[in-house]
Amino acid sequence: MTRQAGPSRARPLWVVCALGVLAMCMIAGLLDGAADISPWQVVLQAVDWLPFVHVDSGLAPVEQGLLFELRLPRVLVAAVVGGLLAMAGAGYQGVFRNPLADPYLLGAAAGAGLAATAAIVLLPGSAGSIPLAAFLGAVGGVFLAYTLGNTAGRAGGTATLVLAGVAVTSFLTAIQAFIQQLKVEELQRIYSWILGDVGGGWDQFWLVLPYAAVSAVLLLLHGRMLDVLSVGDEEATSLGVRAARVRFTVLLAASLATAAAVAVSGLIGFVGIVIPHIVRRLAGGSYRIVLPLSLIGGGAFLVLADLIARTVIAPAELPIGVVTMFVGAPFFVGVLRMTRRAAT
Amino acid sequence: MRPVRTAFAGALLGTLVLAGCGQTTTPTTTAAPTGTAPASSAGFPVTIEAGNGKVTLAKKPERIVSLSATHTETLFAVGAGPQVVAVDDQSNYPAQAPKTDLSGFKPNVEAIVAKKPDLVIVSDDIDHIVAELGKVNVPVLLEPAATKLDDAYEEIAEIGAATGNKAKADEVVSGMKTAMDKLAADAPKDKKLTYYHELDQTPYAATSQTFIGQVYAMFGLTNIADKAPDQAGGYPKLSAEFVAQADPDLIFLADVKCCGQSKDTLAKRPGWKGLSAIKNDQVVQLDDDLASRWGPRVVQLAESIGAAVAKAGTTS
Repeated sequence: MTRQAGPSRARPLWVVCALGVLAMCMIAGLLDGAADISPWQVVLQAVDWLPFVHVDSGLAPVEQGLLFELRLPRVLVAAVVGGLLAMAGAGYQGVFRNPLADPYLLGAAAGAGLAATAAIVLLPGSAGSIPLAAFLGAVGGVFLAYTLGNTAGRAGGTATLVLAGVAVTSFLTAIQAFIQQLKVEELQRIYSWILGDVGGGWDQFWLVLPYAAVSAVLLLLHGRMLDVLSVGDEEATSLGVRAARVRFTVLLAASLATAAAVAVSGLIGFVGIVIPHIVRRLAGGSYRIVLPLSLIGGGAFLVLADLIARTVIAPAELPIGVVTMFVGAPFFVGVLRMTRRAAT
Repeated sequence: MRPVRTAFAGALLGTLVLAGCGQTTTPTTTAAPTGTAPASSAGFPVTIEAGNGKVTLAKKPERIVSLSATHTETLFAVGAGPQVVAVDDQSNYPAQAPKTDLSGFKPNVEAIVAKKPDLVIVSDDIDHIVAELGKVNVPVLLEPAATKLDDAYEEIAEIGAATGNKAKADEVVSGMKTAMDKLAADAPKDKKLTYYHELDQTPYAATSQTFIGQVYAMFGLTNIADKAPDQAGGYPKLSAEFVAQADPDLIFLADVKCCGQSKDTLAKRPGWKGLSAIKNDQVVQLDDDLASRWGPRVVQLAESIGAAVAKAGTTS
């Protein structure tokens, strides 16, 4: 947290590099998949999609369709969702001044899980209701935790807020488990939703995009404020920053980002905690650089994770959450070790 | 395959020998009067070698609890229906089955014992239910999910023997075998059709390693899910783009009741609307229940598959 920010002129360079990495990951994601299509044909087909250009890629209409309707939106959704989760994680870590904060800390995951479970059980067959339910559930979970935290403790006190989040998470998870026990035959569908999926096509992409744009703009604008907050509330106040309002706005934007990501993809774990830490170690701790780099890096990470998920046992697929946790968990332990060392 | 041997009491020795279904009958040392005994006690005591080892029933069970939808169907098909006092909440066939709120997924020992059963039939030893019921001396017959047709036949015969309905059970089995053999014989095998059997729109499929896969194999169909590596299991989650590219001739949906899937919902999935099975109207809506049970109604499932295969021949 107290790590010095890098020289400000290095910032554009970092962003350009990160964008380059993201672009490479996305191209890789587009070139490979479970369908047996040569990368060269994908390139030809991509050129063919460009306006005023016609190239014969030799792909059958079904194959062109799967590239455009399945693989391309999937890569884009993975990029947006990964970016949102990582950026939200960075935001939460800034607000709580705790390196272990993650996008699901305040009950977003539990709320989304409960609402999605309820939608799966109560509205069979209408897959379209799950994203909406998950979105509302995530927002509801955070709202519940925030209200409880504020009434239980001092306004703006972050420790009480986190504890309220823990309580809300346990409570909502218990209700979800209760519903699951009543409808055990839906366990597999609930389970596969929880482990995450970014393969929903263009609908998912257009669904998540507006929320992604709003929350990204809000969060990126508050990078400097979070830097000021990191020196302590009193100092921030003396510098003319209203700590409570900044915290509230960032929480709101991060929760919106989380809810949007969860709504289209399920509960993909560890992206929100891993990526901001990698970014911090590489480019310094200033939120003016951590937030945008998390957005880009999270996108690149999730595109790669999805590429692994859908190719490593192709034509079968791993749930993407399994891949991110597989990479994330060891990293998490590393972070724990390092933060302990820093604390002692 | 699980080795299954059923030992019958001396009364039935030599009266029936099931040919060709992998079942051997061996005599026990118990001597019992033949023929003249009343039907309700004939053949008992009986020892069944089930999934939970040898189960001996001293007399004909009169209060049977079934915690498996498949076995409920079997019990009624072999004529043990009047002996059944309670079935679990998933047992929805036949209609007269005494459905209760007993859960087959999360069995509650006390609730089961409260039905005063003298035989409990399960397909899965969830939460050590067999041992738990054993503690209160309730005989349990564990007949796990069949992976082959022969296993299914054996289980039906065993349930028949355990409930004192052996003759009827053998009749059911031989009827099934005849029907299945005829379906298999009638199936055109030279069409080289491929198929995709969907369990869930995620999309989860079933490979040829599964029970349902064996039924499809009877019709000479090739399963696109078999390309999934072994570690993905018998029910792999397939990649949607793989299914699109594999472009199966036939699509069988086993997620109709649960999840409302149909040709139209398939066509709305990203990248799938050009699939030839959709264009040629070769999407078959199966009965979800039939497609997940290995009881006597598997013949009906096979009939719908056979009809689809025959139809595919006339249009392509």
